[in-house]
Amino acid sequence: MNRHLLSTADLSRDDALLILDTAEQLSQVSDRSIKKLPTLRGRTVVNLFFEDSTRTRISFEAAAKRLSADVINFSAKGSSVSKGESLKDTALTLQAMGADAVVIRHGASGAPHRLANWLDGSVVNAGDGTHEHPTQALLDAFTMRRRLGDLDGRRVTIVGDVLHSRVARSNVHLLHTLGAEVTLVAPPTLVPVAMGEWPCEVSYDFDAVLPKSDVVMMLRVQHERMNASYFPSAREYSRRYGLDPERLGKMPDGAIVMHPGPMNRGMEIAAEVADSERSTIVEQVTNGVTVRMAVLYLLLSGSEPAIGGNQ
Amino acid sequence: MNVARNQARDDGPPAHDGERAVLEAPDINRALTRIAHEILERAKGPEKLLLLGIPTRGTFLARRLADRIEQVEGRPVATGSLDVTMYRDDLRLRPARALGRTDLPEDGVDGRIVVLVDDVLYSGRTVRAALDALNDLGRPKAVRLAVLVDRGHRELPIRADYVGKNLPTSRAETVRVCLAETDQRDAVLLRGGQR
Repeated sequence: MNRHLLSTADLSRDDALLILDTAEQLSQVSDRSIKKLPTLRGRTVVNLFFEDSTRTRISFEAAAKRLSADVINFSAKGSSVSKGESLKDTALTLQAMGADAVVIRHGASGAPHRLANWLDGSVVNAGDGTHEHPTQALLDAFTMRRRLGDLDGRRVTIVGDVLHSRVARSNVHLLHTLGAEVTLVAPPTLVPVAMGEWPCEVSYDFDAVLPKSDVVMMLRVQHERMNASYFPSAREYSRRYGLDPERLGKMPDGAIVMHPGPMNRGMEIAAEVADSERSTIVEQVTNGVTVRMAVLYLLLSGSEPAIGGNQ
Repeated sequence: MNVARNQARDDGPPAHDGERAVLEAPDINRALTRIAHEILERAKGPEKLLLLGIPTRGTFLARRLADRIEQVEGRPVATGSLDVTMYRDDLRLRPARALGRTDLPEDGVDGRIVVLVDDVLYSGRTVRAALDALNDLGRPKAVRLAVLVDRGHRELPIRADYVGKNLPTSRAETVRVCLAETDQRDAVLLRGGQR
């Protein structure tokens, strides 16, 4: 009963495909005049956000509400957390209030795993430190599948601040599970040290990889997590690893540009590229609601969840 | 209904011991032809009709009915499918399950005479879910129900407008509908009971 979505590394190929197929069916709900299903009526979903977020929190809230669940939003600012309450005590408070699922974003990697051990309900990781952000990877895979079809053998290039990126980690595992070939491109200082076991290639030369990419996913340069000088200057980073119109021209026909948002326009991605036909950035946001609906449905609707994770 | 549905949906091709066919392919054919005519007669033409099958086998039956109506009238009739999983009242009793397809015409269900099509009518709970789902999709002019087999044991005040065969059963029996589209052959099989 106690099943969670904590990491894409826990998802089998069947689990991942079930989520994507379910999302495909649920995407019709966004086109209807009544954008609501009664499925999770009477269930309570708590959004527990210890870090700032707009799209992820709103997306989870919209997803839960479209399934008729009750949503409680909790942000650390202005709560008892600022009085020094521990994560465990916060969790037990939520439990006592009858939360069926907790969607957690936390600055510390592994916080959702800890939470999962304390709660009876489901825990959904909405981003933990520099570890994982599984629903982002799922919505990215969903967006790719809609634009490109089956992901088997597709070449996906993820560019930028891999070191601090939970999106990159989640995507590497999920895309590998789904049969895509992932290449990470980053300055050497922004490549994690212990990534020998990651199922992907690493390159430092963006221009060499570009012509062979079906998907180019740009990552945000996370200034808030940069506690050292990882590259000489923003201009140099932008010149070597930014996606500008010239580089866009080197991509194969039909290749798409993705960004998990929020973007630093002019830094990792040029404004013209972000607004081009090939960019899926707005679609990704729409698809985010659909994919999160699928995850909540599969975790919460039945007597036991349809997708596994670790206990 | 749920037992019957699961049996009907999840099993592979027929080969079970102790199963007997209550309808064979020609019987199913004749029943569908009759239902097609009944639907057409009551609707006075195919213009406003929308045949909505409930996945999986209801969808195939709806298409077969549509083919027959087109043969008779020479004009196509709108078909689609309506997945009711999200509206079921027994979701919490079993593990979460995959969704079926919902396909509706571009202009939706408003003002149409919707005929829901399913393979077996049992408790009536699936039809109840379908009515709720329709309610969220628009406002049909009328909703009717066509089923291949009515096996009784209703748990809700629901009845079918068009029935292929009334099949008195005990709750211990299972009814399995096989259609060529998924099960290699057409048949309605009955199994179990007092043994």
